[in-house]
This record gives sequence, structure tokens and C-alpha cells, in this order.
Amino acid sequence: MKKDEVKLMKGNEVIAHAAIRYGCDAYFGYPITPQSEVMETLMELKPWESTGMVVLQAESEVASINMVYGAAATGKRVMTSSSSPGISLMSEGLSYLAGAELPCLIVNCQRGGPGLGTIQPSQGDYFQACKGGGHGDFHLIVLAPSSVQEMNDFVADAFDLAFKYRNPAMILADGAIGQMMEKVVLAPQRDRKTNEYIAEECKDWAACGRGEERRPRNVVTSLELQSEAMEVINKRLQAKYKALEENEVRYEMIDCDDADYVIVAFGSSARICSATVELARAEGIKLGLLRPITLYPFPKKPIEELAERGVKGFLSVELNAGQMVEDVRLAVNGRTKVEHYGRQGGMMYSPGEVLEALKEKIINK
Amino acid sequence: MAEVEIKQENLVHARPKLLRDNLMHYCPGCSHGTIHNLIAEVVEEMGLDGDCIGISPVGCGVFAYNYIEIDWVEAAHGRACAVATGIKRVHPEKMVFTYQGDGDLSAIGTCETIHAAARGENIAVIYINNAIYGMTGGQMAPTTLLGMKTATTPYGRDPRLNGYPYKISDMLCHLDGVCYVTRQSVHKPANVRKCKAAIRKAFENAMAGKGFSLVEVVSTCNSGWKLSPVAANKWMEENMLPFYQLGDLKDVKE
Ligand SMILES: Cc1ncc(C[n+]2csc(CCOP(=O)(O)OP(=O)(O)O)c2C)c(N)n1
Ligand code: SF4
Repeated sequence: MKKDEVKLMKGNEVIAHAAIRYGCDAYFGYPITPQSEVMETLMELKPWESTGMVVLQAESEVASINMVYGAAATGKRVMTSSSSPGISLMSEGLSYLAGAELPCLIVNCQRGGPGLGTIQPSQGDYFQACKGGGHGDFHLIVLAPSSVQEMNDFVADAFDLAFKYRNPAMILADGAIGQMMEKVVLAPQRDRKTNEYIAEECKDWAACGRGEERRPRNVVTSLELQSEAMEVINKRLQAKYKALEENEVRYEMIDCDDADYVIVAFGSSARICSATVELARAEGIKLGLLRPITLYPFPKKPIEELAERGVKGFLSVELNAGQMVEDVRLAVNGRTKVEHYGRQGGMMYSPGEVLEALKEKIINK
Repeated sequence: MAEVEIKQENLVHARPKLLRDNLMHYCPGCSHGTIHNLIAEVVEEMGLDGDCIGISPVGCGVFAYNYIEIDWVEAAHGRACAVATGIKRVHPEKMVFTYQGDGDLSAIGTCETIHAAARGENIAVIYINNAIYGMTGGQMAPTTLLGMKTATTPYGRDPRLNGYPYKISDMLCHLDGVCYVTRQSVHKPANVRKCKAAIRKAFENAMAGKGFSLVEVVSTCNSGWKLSPVAANKWMEENMLPFYQLGDLKDVKE
């Protein structure tokens, strides 16, 4: 067997490599710290000369998400990346993408807010990513990487899910994962899908021209003025979200089997908290970590089961003022204590600091 | 109605095959329908119906997709040129055009329009300027003439309160990525013919990769203007055309 190609790379650079290797058709973006390396790397790699992938710097995030909308409407695999303030500008487009049921990939390398905030890492966009992030009843598929390797892996996973469900998917990373250098095994290069393949694969919906044979035309729209018909569309979307909740939940559990206490943390926070588990175990505290990998659909069931089994308390550890904790509380549903511990403004917690918080807020309370 | 047989040699105008056979939602006398007709004819004559993707706006033209038998993508308000860019970049061999009102293109979509033009995207833009927001009930647009009464300028547009109307087509001429800008109308048969030739040229430019083309069509909105179709045509001639003068504004030959 061929030996894996191990590289040392920044998370943001890996997104660019992974996109090309996945066979992504186009990237549209606008620079913003801490994720500008994604487009910079793409421009340096010139994939239009190798795979034929289009890379275009747009005039704003409003434009880039609408370029994504247009290209995605033709059945192509397209993506954008940005950081928090840029994602706010994209929220109109995200709503239209979800409404028109278009698959695509959005990478949010989060920084602290609100407003212009800080360029340092944050997880302050959990609500925005998981609870809509635009008008109307919709969900994005949200994957939260906690390593540079997962920045690579989730590009393919997100695209696959986006196409399986015809829904926009987001990789919700943060400035730490984006800027951090780590070992990574890049995926092998895949071919881009041909126009003929896409015309057949997406013939029921993609607006890529009716073609030689003049197939019945496709209209990509999110508009329906008849209430009865619009409600049918809304119900179809909700059925899709239900299917996602039933089939696509992903999470990782560390030392949860015998745990008295469980930390719930995602992304860069989960890395820190895995060290907290070791510290606690060394002191004889039976602590476990549940790391949601899909933030939407949220791993409600495993949390419910831990609470049912008798876990004495949950601590939701997030780089924000307490967002995911609401979903943890909903899952635990009053069975036991659920608290939040967080830092903001780009500040990070240490594993020891989290352990102290666990003692203060849960164990000794 | 009795069937009348039309001899081929007497036929002046027939329904374009690509115009779908459903009832248009436009108000009687509105310019939108005529312009749809012209686009359908041009696409048909150029044999592009299998390779054409239209982008409809938010505005009365939103349902353009109900009327012309091609693939369509409905854009968010003002974003049509960005959507068209996305499509054209991944399908450079296809015919991509937008259909946009003056509110859509020159108010909320100014940024997307100017930058698509500046990049020289190989798309055609059909820009319907009726000096008002038709769909939302006749409010002021950036193109509303001074003194013109609308739902949000009930005493007439006053430049001290509402600023001045502007001509985005003239502005676009200064951009290197733009190869063709023209201002047309469809209120008389001769104008309809010229407008069709302009649309055809814009489509040919897009297919030949010559850059960004825009056909502004100075139009009536009889409902918004609160005039009968005939009176609206007259009002347009007397008030709109002196300010929005018809003719080519830019035509790069190469
Ligand atoms: C973001 C957003 N803002 C406002 C609207 C409401 N709206 C719908 S159409 C329109 C104006 C359309 O006017 P114009 O582009 O001139 O087209 P017309 O209807 O006159 O053909 C507005 C403001 C909207 N749909 N979306
Ligand atoms: S409101 Fe105006 S622009 Fe809209 S369909 Fe009626 S006449 Fe045409």
C-alpha cells in the first residue's frame, strides 16, 4: 500500500487543498482575518490550470454567497469561506440557498464579536450557524472540526451531505483551528464531475440549460406566493431536517462510560477539554467528554442517554457567553444540572481552568 | 372568436415558440410583456434555448421564469449580476442573462452590477427602467424623476429631501469591462424593433466573450404611475425620454 502523504499545514491552507482534491468546481470569496489563507492558497495553487476549478475574489460576501447560489443552481460543487462578520453578510444568501434547496459548502472560521469584535478565535456564531442564520424556518448542516485533519476530512463530508440532502452545509471552525499548524494526511485527488455527469445527476432540478435534447426546463427559486403550496414546501424542508436528525448525527465520546460528570464541547474547545478529562481522572474525578461533530443535527440522544444513566452534571464549555448550553439543557431536559463555562473576546481557557470551573459550578455545588 | 387564416406573406408578427402559453400576471399596458417577447424571439433565433440560463430579479419581473421556456434561476433582490457571475464562471460556454428592474439593479443591486461590469463578465443585462418600484406599490426608485409623485414622494420628488435621479447606464460606460450599453424603449413598433436588435447584440457579445453588455429599456408602469396604458406611453415620451435619452451609449467594436 502507498504510504500516506503526511504534511504540516495550517487549517486554512488545508481547506484549500481539500477543496481542490475533492474536485470542487468553484470558490468565491472575500478576504477576512482569520481565514484569508483559504483564498490565498487557492490563488497560489492555480487549480484552474490543473483541475479546472474556478477561483474568484468577489467584491463582498454578499456577492460571493450569491455567486455560490448561481453556480450551485447549476449542480456544480461550489464553496465559499469567511469569518463571522462576513457570514452575517451572507445570511440573506444562506436563507435563499436553503429555500431553493441548493447544495454548497460554507466555511466559517469564527472570530469574536459582536460587531467588528476581534480577530481572535471564538465560538460565538453557534446560534447563527445552528439556529438559522437568516430569515425563515431553515437549517444548515453544521460540522465542527477540532483538528487540522478534520478540516481536510470535513470538506468531502460536508459536500457529500450537502448533495445527499440538497442543503447548504457549513464547516464551523474557528480562528484557532484555521491558524494552527498540524500534521495532516490530505485526501487523494479526485476528478471533477463532468458537465454531462451533472446534467444527468441533477436533471430534475439544476438550471444548467435544457441541453441538446431540450429536457423539461428547471427553475431554481425559493418563491411561492400560494400559501397552500408554500406550506407544502415548508413541510418538505422540515421532513428533510427530521431525516438529518435521524440519520446524520455525529459525535465523539471520551471516557463517558463510567463518567459521573460530562463536559460537552466542540471544535477547539473540545481539544482543550480532552486534557481536562485527563487532569480530572488523575485526581480521581470520573469525568467524560462528549464532542458534538455535527452541531446541526445536534447529538441530543447520546446526551439524553447519559443523563438517563445518572450522570450528575454537564458542563458546556464554549468560547462564548453560553449558546450550545441551551441545546444541552434541552437534551438533558431537567434530569440533572447543566452549566456553562466560557471565555470571550478571543481569550482561551486552559485545561486546569476548565477543571476548576467544573468543580465550582457542578461538583461542589 | 372566429378563426382567421393568416397568409404567410402577410404575417408581421407571430408568437415566439419559446413564450409559454400561460396568462401573464403583468398589468395591461406594462412594458414587461413586450420585452419578454423580444427576449424569447432572440433566444429562439440564436438557437440558444438549450444553452440559456436566465436570472430573474425581485420586482414585477420575478415571474419572468413563468413565461420563457428556458432554465431560470431566481435571484435575491439586487443580486442577479452576482448570481449570473457564478453561473457564467462555471459555464462559460452558456448564454447567461439577467432581467432586472431599476430598483433591483440601480438601488439595492448597484454594487453587484458595477462589479460584474467592471470584471467584464460575459453576460447580458436587460434593465427595465420604469422610474418606480412597481411590485411593492409604486414607491420612489433611484430613477424617479424630479417632481414625480410616488407612494413615498406624495408631493413629488424633491432633491433636497430625496436626492437626484441617476443614470447608472451612463456610469457603466466608463468601465473597461463593459462593451455595450444602450438605452431603448418599446412604446412604438419602430422602437420595439430597435430594442430587439439591441438585445440580440448584447446576447451575441456575451456568447462571443466580449464583456458586459447592458440594454436599458425605458418602460412604463401604468399602475404605479396611475395612468392608462396610452397616457403612460405619452407621459413617458414627454417626461422620461428627455432625461433618459434613447440610443447607444457605448459600443466597443472589437
Ligand atoms: C431585501 C429585499 N428588500 C425589499 C424587498 C421588497 N421589494 C420587492 S420588489 C421591490 C422593488 C422592485 O422595483 P423594480 O426593481 O424597479 O421593479 P418593478 O417592480 O418596477 O418592475 C422591492 C423593494 C425585497 N423583496 N427584498
Ligand atoms: S406594477 Fe407596473 S411594472 Fe408591475 S406589472 Fe404593473 S405596470 Fe408593470
